[in-house]
Amino acid sequence: MKRREFLTIPAAAIGGTLIYSLGGEALRLQAQSGNVKVPLRFLTAEEARTVSAACARIFPSDASGPGATEAGVVIFIDRQLAGPYGRDKYRYTKGPFVESFPEHGYQGKASPREIYRAGIKTLGAFAALSPADQDSTLAGIEKSTFFQLLRTHTIEGMFCDPMHGGNAALIGWQLIGFPGPQMSYRSDIDKHYGQPWRPKPASLQQIMGRPGKPWEDEKD
Amino acid sequence: MTNLRPVDVAIIGGGWSGLAMANELAGRTSQSVLVLERGIPRKTSDYAFDMDELDYAIRLRMMQNIADETVTHRHSALSTAAPVRQYGSFLPGSGVGGAGEHWNGASWRFLPELFTLRSHLNERHGSAKLPADLAVQDWGVTYDDLEQYYWRAEQMLGVSGKAGNVQGKILDGGNPFEAPRQNEYPLPPLRDTYLSTLFAEGAKKLGYHPYPQPAANLSEPYKNPDGITRAACAYCGYCERFGCMVGAKAQPSNTLMPVLARHKNFELLTGAWVRRIVHKDGRATGIEYVDGRGKEFFQPAGIIVVATFTLNNTRLLYLSKIGTPYDAASGQGTLGRNLTHQTQGTTNIFLDKPLNSFMGTGSLSMRISDFDGDRALTGNEGLLRMGMLSTNSFGNRPISSFDAMPRGSAKKNWGTEWKAAALKWRDRNAGISLTGEHLSYRQNFMDLDPTYKDKYGDPLLRFTLDWTEHEHRQRAFADEIARKLAPAMGATVDDRPPDRGKYNTINYLSTHIQGGAIMGDRPETSVVNPYLQHWNVPNVWVIGASAFPQNASHNPTLTVLALTYRAADAMINRYLKRPEVLA
Repeated sequence: MKRREFLTIPAAAIGGTLIYSLGGEALRLQAQSGNVKVPLRFLTAEEARTVSAACARIFPSDASGPGATEAGVVIFIDRQLAGPYGRDKYRYTKGPFVESFPEHGYQGKASPREIYRAGIKTLGAFAALSPADQDSTLAGIEKSTFFQLLRTHTIEGMFCDPMHGGNAALIGWQLIGFPGPQMSYRSDIDKHYGQPWRPKPASLQQIMGRPGKPWEDEKD
Repeated sequence: MTNLRPVDVAIIGGGWSGLAMANELAGRTSQSVLVLERGIPRKTSDYAFDMDELDYAIRLRMMQNIADETVTHRHSALSTAAPVRQYGSFLPGSGVGGAGEHWNGASWRFLPELFTLRSHLNERHGSAKLPADLAVQDWGVTYDDLEQYYWRAEQMLGVSGKAGNVQGKILDGGNPFEAPRQNEYPLPPLRDTYLSTLFAEGAKKLGYHPYPQPAANLSEPYKNPDGITRAACAYCGYCERFGCMVGAKAQPSNTLMPVLARHKNFELLTGAWVRRIVHKDGRATGIEYVDGRGKEFFQPAGIIVVATFTLNNTRLLYLSKIGTPYDAASGQGTLGRNLTHQTQGTTNIFLDKPLNSFMGTGSLSMRISDFDGDRALTGNEGLLRMGMLSTNSFGNRPISSFDAMPRGSAKKNWGTEWKAAALKWRDRNAGISLTGEHLSYRQNFMDLDPTYKDKYGDPLLRFTLDWTEHEHRQRAFADEIARKLAPAMGATVDDRPPDRGKYNTINYLSTHIQGGAIMGDRPETSVVNPYLQHWNVPNVWVIGASAFPQNASHNPTLTVLALTYRAADAMINRYLKRPEVLA
């Protein structure tokens, strides 16, 4: 039997309220102080620490604002890998698999899950390295499929709707001034010319009044 | 295989063309009409919860499941094709409404000369001066034939726009270079964003003629001639790749389906995957399909209308052995020829002030047609045809719009420096985009792949397609114009050169794939006649952009609808009375 893995995060690192769902059940956590134990769906706790540390170098928490750590990007990635995307349910995966031209994109057999599992191994004890050493390690794998996925997923986890586990407390949308899926801009579309107009962000659930159904929760 | 009760007309595919054809037949005749759609049912109320960028715009939840079926691509007949394993350069839809559910709503008429492009180019340049591999040809139909059908389609959709040429009279604010229209658009244009006004002002300074793109996204509430009432667009920014949650964007589910539901002689079957059209002695007898549980059926039908997406129209004819496969080496045969996509190019521009670019809608775009067709070409550019230039306010969503910055802003594409630059430019970048005509060439075509199969073991469709020097020149010329437009609109451009790469299946261009079952006035060079009826099997009609002998600079949907209405008239008024090949 597989041991259930948790990622332990200092609550203060993640702003506000987090919503997790495990096995279809919604679980609400008030994350203000102490540690939050997040149930992992695919990654092991060790793997999650590595991914989390790498995402924090890709999208750092620094002078320009919060980053992947505060947004909970690792939680987003864990759920994506556990869901249909992670196991390539919606990719054409019939063979033969051949080396092709770069214009044909990724042609490999490995699924995102497999790419992560193998890629994380190459990073070794990454979380224990200094930020400078972490950066040079990542610079060494920049061209790899693993790194390119990690970078793409970090941006996705920063700015997705929070129902996917990232963008915790809408921190990504606050960072860029994106208001979320508002129902109408009919009275504003032709106003505010040249001026920043930044309505308060809201999530899909806040706007619709009930939770959505993220694709990663789809049953096999 | 279970034999079913015969129907008069079986239509394969429940998108714009299939449902428009069904609506004409079911509403105007007593024929029993069955539409077979392999995807799921769809309706407006499904769409409120799809305002999620990740699942819908990035993971592409509305699209055809590529795990079940894809296409393969190679750059030339000398190389081996690889499957498109994840969507990139185009996005086939699925379910009731097809790609018409997730489209942007751009609703254009084509330029008149596009329908007679071979004759037009012969006259302009002399046939001896045209490239030997050029495969463009006349359609067997003219703009004047289609004008009334364009108007019907515009009224059905509720197109919002500003006419530039009504009955020969040039009107301010519209496109003075458009084909003459009999009527002003049903609705006024969509509102202008800040970006739209900057582009319009800049273009005017250079003496060009900016105008708003005609849109099937309603600028005002609208009741169409079928009595269907829809709400006005909310500019929510979740349009392209999404269904509309208020029904403001015309989709088959909110325009045609409510009318079809009134007809007792209409039936829609979802989850039906058609594998073959069965025919004998030059007549189709019915179709074989598999339902969602894997059970096989034979559906006898008097008339079969092939109305799937361009890719599958051609593939179904191949799999059913209807027509003569095209041979690129000899130029003989017709099925699969004249594959075109679209010439797209974007020059990135950067502004001082924020655009609030999260607001927008699928067709909200300011354009110039001063370089469309060949009106502005002098002969020195090495170009036969060009296209339109625009800025688009489709609604920038946070994931896909993050990362735009002037070249050289950061040493690598991650980390502190990159993050700061991406945040700085996030709402102050845009593009001046070319939407250009992709001409057809002898060497670009579709056939069946010898290796890769779909989920039922049927061969995939194979693209043989690459850009030629003409498309590279189109992009370079558009970039030159964009570099004059940018300063006129108060923007800067970076020094990124225009793309000269080979055709790739990764970066989105448009879902405008044309050809394969092209129309024309001779069976030697076309698959269907000018009424979209198959030359060899007269009770098979093949409708949609598969009939286009070449791509237009303009988006295809309105022309798909106009050709469908014309085909329906011919079928109802002539073929049902005398079922033979129409001349």
